[in-house]
Amino acid sequence: MDSFIVISLIKIVVVFAVLMTTLAYLQWVERKVIAHIQVRPGPYRVGPHGLLQPLADVIKLVTKEDMLPPYVNRPLYLAAPFLAITMSLLSISVIPFGPTIDVAGYRTWMQLTDLNIGVLFVLAVSSMGVYGIALAGWSSNNKYALLGGLRSSAQMISYELPLSMAIAAPLLVSNTLSLRELVERQSGSILHWNVLHGPFPQIFSFVIFVIAAFAETNRVPFDLPEAENELVAGFHTEYSSMKFASFFMAEYANMITVSCMATLLFLGGWVAPWPAEYGSSLVPVAIFALAGVVALYHGAHPGRRRDRITLPVFGVVFLILAGIFLLPRVQEWLIPLFWFAAKTGSILFLYMWIRGTLPRFRYDQLMGFAWKFLFPVAVLNLLVTGFLVAWFS
Amino acid sequence: MSVVIFLIFAIVAVVCGINVVVQTHPISSAVSLVGVMGSLAILYLLLGAEFLAAAQVIVYAGAIMVLFVFVIMLLNAGAEAKRGRSFMVQLLGVPLLMALLGLLAYFVQRLYPPATAVHFGGFTHGTAQDVGRALFTTYVLPFEVTSILILIAIVGAIVLARKELE
Repeated sequence: MDSFIVISLIKIVVVFAVLMTTLAYLQWVERKVIAHIQVRPGPYRVGPHGLLQPLADVIKLVTKEDMLPPYVNRPLYLAAPFLAITMSLLSISVIPFGPTIDVAGYRTWMQLTDLNIGVLFVLAVSSMGVYGIALAGWSSNNKYALLGGLRSSAQMISYELPLSMAIAAPLLVSNTLSLRELVERQSGSILHWNVLHGPFPQIFSFVIFVIAAFAETNRVPFDLPEAENELVAGFHTEYSSMKFASFFMAEYANMITVSCMATLLFLGGWVAPWPAEYGSSLVPVAIFALAGVVALYHGAHPGRRRDRITLPVFGVVFLILAGIFLLPRVQEWLIPLFWFAAKTGSILFLYMWIRGTLPRFRYDQLMGFAWKFLFPVAVLNLLVTGFLVAWFS
Repeated sequence: MSVVIFLIFAIVAVVCGINVVVQTHPISSAVSLVGVMGSLAILYLLLGAEFLAAAQVIVYAGAIMVLFVFVIMLLNAGAEAKRGRSFMVQLLGVPLLMALLGLLAYFVQRLYPPATAVHFGGFTHGTAQDVGRALFTTYVLPFEVTSILILIAIVGAIVLARKELE
């Protein structure tokens, strides 16, 4: 019992630290990706390639003056950012990142806790996240913030329906609500993943899930609640300093949660695309070794003077990483973690790619799309899946 | 441990419930009601009804109350003005409330004697599988009748809304 509490505390600290670092650097990655899509270098001044930019942003946000505007509804104004960040961090607790791991003689799951209603827990917590945004918009006592809050609550209510329907279909195929079991049912190869497996491949649910998830997290092309050209900054117009940062962090934490959910529900979680007997565990080694060799090569033929020093350093780091993936004791938990991160990262990249590509929807288009297209398709998909699962079982 | 958590959230539920009535602004009342729903969900969880707890949060706290808050925000309802209480209310309000609560406690005591007290962890049939099986076998008729009733209500709402448009 005591060791359980200690292990859980350690796991919470590790997950929290990793999550916070990911949140900060996700922002950097996004700015870089969008910058390259728009053919500009992006953050470049703070540290090499702007790598210290997230730290600078954190210092800036913490030290900024925290303004409390007059005429706001004080309790709700103060509670809203707290609510938003709490609800977005809470759902990470049920997400499994990998199989069991042996640390100092203790065997534990790479997951904070496994609920037998894990999927429902994530849905419940994310549905509570609406309050953060809606109350922030209302309590600010500002017309732009109010409109942003209204839009976001309407949008999140509407898109929650197709999202839940799209989640229900792979659950029918896998026949469980526990996220850990969900992954275990998909073990094997890429053909066993829910997106391709079963009496009815869940490719449609996957697409619906991703579209609805974009709307749930208020991201482009559905970022109406904070449409700058119409609403200044939407629901967080009146917020400054750390309160603004909490909304920001909540949005990115929601993005990570949703990407993890897509990975777990449809893409087989930490399962490799093909079995380890056919060399899937060599893929991360190959990727990092290739990156290291390329970096070393360009270090030997530098385009700029400072590349002569920086690129060999990166090359050696990549080669060491490739070597770590070859160690048998580390391999058994690092490889699943790699696949989980790779799949989640791909979906996160999709987020950024679409932000750099698509313009924003008009508000009536947004609502029409949810109710007249996405929802009927999701219901139809669920119906077909249900019939086929009943037929074949 | 369970008893401590139960007491905390039972008190939170009751305080939020009182707050719903006491608050003058509709939004504050609605938020308090969300607190009631959330604490109730945790009480369900303690009693072993985990599916019900999740459904409580998703449906009541997450969907219905969001709709309430949305409508209140949309109508931009302001705070209610406090009116002075009449002499009769000041005199009889508290005693009558006490009498009502005492009567309720008496009937609960009579109808559900303490022999059937709840044991935390004693009930293990609250999983999604159990609820689903019960809904689609034992209670399939009431379940389907309720769904038809809700469908009728939805159609009725649309018909009424269309009439106002024309």
